[in-house]
Amino acid sequence: MALIKASMEVEQRKAERRSLVSWANVRPYAMISPAIIVFCLFFIYPIGYMIYLSFHEWNFVSPTKEFVGAANFTYLLADRDFREVIVNSFIYTFASVFLTISISLLLALWLNRSGTIYSFMQASIFSPHIISLVSVSMLWMWIMDADYGLLNWALNLIGIESVPWLTSPDYALASLILVAVWKGIGFNTLVFIAGLQSIPKDLYEAAELDQTPPWRRFLRLTVPMLSPTLFFLTIIGLINSFQVFETINLMTAGGPINSTNTFVYYIYQNGFQFFKIGYASAAGVVLLVILSVLTVVYFKVLSKRVHYR
Amino acid sequence: MKTPPIFKAVNGLGLILLFIIFAMPFIWMASTAFKTLGETLTFPPVWIPETFQWGNFAQAWSSGPFLKYFFNSVIVTLFILILQFATIIPAAYAFARYNFPMKNFFFALTMICLMIPSQLIFLPVYLNLSSWGILDTIWGLILPFATSAFGIFLLRQSFMQVPEELLEAARLDDATEWQIIRKIMLPLAKPVLVTLALFSFIAHWNDYFWPLVMTTNDTARTLPLGIAMLRQVEGGASWNIVMAGNLLLVLPILIVFFFAQRHIIRAFVYTGVK
Repeated sequence: MALIKASMEVEQRKAERRSLVSWANVRPYAMISPAIIVFCLFFIYPIGYMIYLSFHEWNFVSPTKEFVGAANFTYLLADRDFREVIVNSFIYTFASVFLTISISLLLALWLNRSGTIYSFMQASIFSPHIISLVSVSMLWMWIMDADYGLLNWALNLIGIESVPWLTSPDYALASLILVAVWKGIGFNTLVFIAGLQSIPKDLYEAAELDQTPPWRRFLRLTVPMLSPTLFFLTIIGLINSFQVFETINLMTAGGPINSTNTFVYYIYQNGFQFFKIGYASAAGVVLLVILSVLTVVYFKVLSKRVHYR
Repeated sequence: MKTPPIFKAVNGLGLILLFIIFAMPFIWMASTAFKTLGETLTFPPVWIPETFQWGNFAQAWSSGPFLKYFFNSVIVTLFILILQFATIIPAAYAFARYNFPMKNFFFALTMICLMIPSQLIFLPVYLNLSSWGILDTIWGLILPFATSAFGIFLLRQSFMQVPEELLEAARLDDATEWQIIRKIMLPLAKPVLVTLALFSFIAHWNDYFWPLVMTTNDTARTLPLGIAMLRQVEGGASWNIVMAGNLLLVLPILIVFFFAQRHIIRAFVYTGVK
């Protein structure tokens, strides 16, 4: 009897544990599943679908998607417009990131002080960052208006002739870069300031004791200690600038004569205006490759840590 | 060592110049919003309009179904925030606190989604939404953002910092996992939650790209789209009306920024540094 009872107890405990264990086993999956489902539906599956479409020809209405192999990609490479798009994207990206980061670094060194004036200035230059790109675009279109705009008025004041900011293919891309720099400086400066403030004070005290001249202190101490911040801002800047769309769509619509057409706008044009879905997808795949390379570089270097000392 | 007065003067001039570069566009916007059409077409420009044209705002507002745009913006942003918190919190807790088979796989999946921008996948998502029949509904604007990889990543970091002993003690007191999340985890992660909410609110309230590509008519359009369309309404550019509408879009954000400056800056810079 005792034996049976004991074995029953063991069985019961096992069953209890099994039900407990099974819920504890399932629970983590239940908790992550809503997020994972959204990821699969709206991120992973679309990426796969885009790659699939890039090997097909489709105009969005026709019932069949015709398999064309790599034809979309060969067209893409032969397309003069697309070559311009690539050149524009690279100029826009590198110019805006380089300018934003170097100006921000200087501003950070200058504005990294305590006091009401300095925190007010930090907030002022940050304000464009939280404003809709619609507002920024509209505002700058008006400021850059060739005839009645503020910018040309200011230039005339100091004796420079009016510039056709957005209406000339020679200036339009540069104008968009200017807007990107204006919008981006505040955020970059504040991140740099946060980086500067995280440098241990005693390092500077030691440098002062050694009577290191200021410029040397900057090159040998500040720059190396800021390198993780610098790297982070550069990569994030590159990734974001490659995807520029809003200012282009609102301010120039890729023109004049294709001079400001960049990746995402080109995909948008081909997909939504010319209904060349396969072709647009192929351009999307090229963008995917570029962004992936940047991301991989980012994580590679991050794991090695561009780091202190 | 005392700073020579010449440096102080140069420093002050520099600060003023910097302020002009960043404040002048906004002052210009406000000034234009109160002008008559004629006053926008004078050169050199008038800074203070003769009479303040308050009617510009009414004209901007009535040049499209702006009440609808406004409601759409509110509903879309609100739903995104609610859904994000509902999906982020359990996922972040599971990733931070449980060990389970395939955990690394699912976390890697999350990190991949963190790196996929909406600007890359809008075309296939558009085609999917269209075949699911939710194009031109607010769901097309909400569901793709029902969770946030960034949010999961950030909140997981914060949840991992809570010492295990605290959870053990709570479990000994028969606390359920839900109680642990609600009573221990969330209060400790409050700064991160505030950051995420601010971040998400500003991003989706301002968003122009997604509503632009996912809507073909006014049923689901949001405020930024409406403001952008002001430019096309009148044919030529009535910049006074456009700027009046623009001011309506910018002012709430600037006012919020003025009062919650410290929080907002910290939120953005913090998430930037991480």
